[in-house]
Amino acid sequence: MEKAKDTENTKKKEIVKNHSSSKLSVNHKEPSDESSPESDEEEELAERGRQDQSDLPSEYWQIQKLVKYLKGGNQTATIIALCSMRDFNLAQEACQFAIRDVGGLEVLINLLDTEDIKCKIGSLQILKEISKNPYIRRSIADLGGLQTMVKILTEQDKDLRCLAAETIANVAKFKRARKVVRQNNGIRMLVGLLESVKINLQHAVNDHKGIKTHSHHSYSQVELVKDIEIARCGASALWSLSKSKKNKHEMRRSGVIPLLATLLKSPHESICIPVVGTLQECASEASYRLAIRTEGMIFDLVENLRSSNDELQMHCANAIFKCAEDKDTRDLIRKFKGLDPLVKLLSNRDNKPLLAAATGAIWKCSISKENVKRFQELKAIESLVALLGDPTEEVLINTVGALAECAQEPENRASMRKSGGISPLVNLLTGTNNQLLVNTCKALAQCAQDQDNISIIERMDGVRLLWSLLKNPNTRVQASAAWAICPCIKNIRDSGETVRNFVGGLELIVSLLKSHDIEVLASVCAAIGEIAKDEENLAVITDHGVVPMLAGLTDRNDDMLRKNLTEAIAQCCKWGKNRELFGSQNAVAPLVKYLKSPNSDVHASTAKALHQLSKNPANCIVMHENGVVRLLLGMVGSTDEVLQENSAGCISNIRRLALANEKARNA
Amino acid sequence: MTTAHHITRKAVQVAIDDLCAKKVHFGKNEIEALLNIYKTITKNQDRMDRLKFRDVLHNSFDMTDDILMDRVFRAFDRDNDGYISMTEWVEGLSIFLRGTHEEKIRYAFTVYDLNGDGYISREEMFQMLKTSIIKQPSEEDPDEGIKDLVEIALKKMDKDHDSRLSFQDFHDSVLADPLLLECFGQCLPDHKRKMAFESTFKKTNTFY
Repeated sequence: MEKAKDTENTKKKEIVKNHSSSKLSVNHKEPSDESSPESDEEEELAERGRQDQSDLPSEYWQIQKLVKYLKGGNQTATIIALCSMRDFNLAQEACQFAIRDVGGLEVLINLLDTEDIKCKIGSLQILKEISKNPYIRRSIADLGGLQTMVKILTEQDKDLRCLAAETIANVAKFKRARKVVRQNNGIRMLVGLLESVKINLQHAVNDHKGIKTHSHHSYSQVELVKDIEIARCGASALWSLSKSKKNKHEMRRSGVIPLLATLLKSPHESICIPVVGTLQECASEASYRLAIRTEGMIFDLVENLRSSNDELQMHCANAIFKCAEDKDTRDLIRKFKGLDPLVKLLSNRDNKPLLAAATGAIWKCSISKENVKRFQELKAIESLVALLGDPTEEVLINTVGALAECAQEPENRASMRKSGGISPLVNLLTGTNNQLLVNTCKALAQCAQDQDNISIIERMDGVRLLWSLLKNPNTRVQASAAWAICPCIKNIRDSGETVRNFVGGLELIVSLLKSHDIEVLASVCAAIGEIAKDEENLAVITDHGVVPMLAGLTDRNDDMLRKNLTEAIAQCCKWGKNRELFGSQNAVAPLVKYLKSPNSDVHASTAKALHQLSKNPANCIVMHENGVVRLLLGMVGSTDEVLQENSAGCISNIRRLALANEKARNA
Repeated sequence: MTTAHHITRKAVQVAIDDLCAKKVHFGKNEIEALLNIYKTITKNQDRMDRLKFRDVLHNSFDMTDDILMDRVFRAFDRDNDGYISMTEWVEGLSIFLRGTHEEKIRYAFTVYDLNGDGYISREEMFQMLKTSIIKQPSEEDPDEGIKDLVEIALKKMDKDHDSRLSFQDFHDSVLADPLLLECFGQCLPDHKRKMAFESTFKKTNTFY
């Protein structure tokens, strides 16, 4: 998923900021493993929490008294203390620390090791609540609480197992905890737990649908409610655990995918949410994406898009966002009529995470032309353009990404203009988020092919803004800006003068030929190919040494680079001594090899370059020596007119030189 | 006070019919098996005294609290004649082992209401919780801790704020938090011992 690293870093920065505030939000999202260095964070968290003694609320002391009874009481006193403790607002930090500060966590965890079911339940009820606090989680993990809870997953009592799973779900929200659970076989136990209720739930679904089953015993409503809770808590635990890559693999090996597929069909939203949450987390792995498709889960994901539950819809959209990387999945989504509900979700302006998920899903789905067509019919383009004013970065990135894909269709380029979409796009060029910049350039690259759009872009100084992006240190931004510059130069009237007026502009773009990035090189060559069509500019870039730099790139194998490089060379030949210069820079011989490439686009542009170069006799000789004639002869009969014409032209120049030599020899 | 008699087959039959009519949670075969156990304990006498009953509570269910064991006996002994008859035995076990939630709540309240006046008072709670705190910091008066615990329990469960627990208070509190059912001490068997006892009279083809 192409979420910018920047977004993740900003989230992390926000988390560090929150440490000093006394409010802790319940929905505290931590960045996924791969990008969080946790050693510094852990130290900081261990220090935190020693509150100023004077402003502790009375609850703090009352709770500490209860912990005293937990420590010194028998089972009866313990139960009374535990039940009483639950009356306090355990979401309040002061209460949580009250427990921790007098060794309450140790006692609670020790209770889990006893034989007493009631005490274990009472203890877990408290641990479940306070483990929502990140500092408490770490303490619980430090005290070996996770190992104990994993053991409880295999006990008989349903309530106990359910509470253990739910508490694990809360504690395993940081890296080390996730590892501990895996190392203690926790994942297999959780899968086992879910398997045990799966059958009962299936029967219930069948009863619900009126399908007769073969079960002998009646299944009470009370049992069903318990099993639904178990499924919810087990799935939530897996969701928390799935953020770690190794856990994703372990889960797959334990057979979690068919299990999730079954649970996904449940009519209970409380089960579906953590199931889909887990799926979308795992869908970053290609193996999961494949399995999601082959297990038929795309159908259920689309179904759940239509639910009335915002959270469920968001997770489904995110899952689709990730899965739509694959073409077959994109086709399935369309087949199951999943594009319609996605567009409908765009009206949720206030729910930003939902909006981001929906726009993301639409973005990836639009990679397929057939899907774009449906989006068109649903007037999605107009809705997307309306979102260009949204303040949320993630929403913008995805929206622009989607528009960039859709703008590959000429009709949509016009729609975008008519809904006022062009000028906001140009304005986005001044932003700082790299992914957003890349997407914006892609969108403009498409839009600039439309004559009416170009005038807007020009009027808003779009070309200069694109050119400034060439100075951006990020290579993807540079490349996408260069790609976008090409159609601008091509379609803007008097673009040559415009470009000349950018101070240092031509020098800048030529200097990018020193880049190590293939895409930057290819895109810059393409741009130079357009720039060089203006004679004055061609003179300027020649002065800046464009010829030797282009020549230096001829030894590359990349077809995209070759194609654009040869276009540039072809254009640059048309000035002064450049043909001769290319020759002396040994650019000619390598080009002959390009004709052997399997990519026919490369042939046409190479032939163009060779034709131009062949106007210089020395170049003809080199070409001839490298066996170009035979290769070009094969292309003379091509259906591609450009290729045909240039192959013929090149051959004829070579032949003319040969004839002239003959004549000179004979004279 | 009546004298004990040997148990006749007719008496057993009468008891079984009586119990079936009362809709206890046992099948006919199970009732018969339970009455056999009764006969073994009482050596075929038609009444079980307090001592013998407490032995059962201690040996089969590992109960140790004197006050509570006494109260359980009282709860079983419905006609309050100081002996548990065959019928009282099975009726009591019906709730003890297989009671519905409501039945157990009613039973527990009866046990905890030491003087049977329909309320669990502070003093009664103090009595029952007297031995519940094992470790205390040495300077503290041990009674302080118990009194405090009583206040905590009262605060938690006294819904009508009359400083004592009525049946309604107790009932509603337990419904809200099932863990509170035996909050003043164990008066029902734990799962392991319950299963063990059940296996002594249950036939394999009766339903769960």
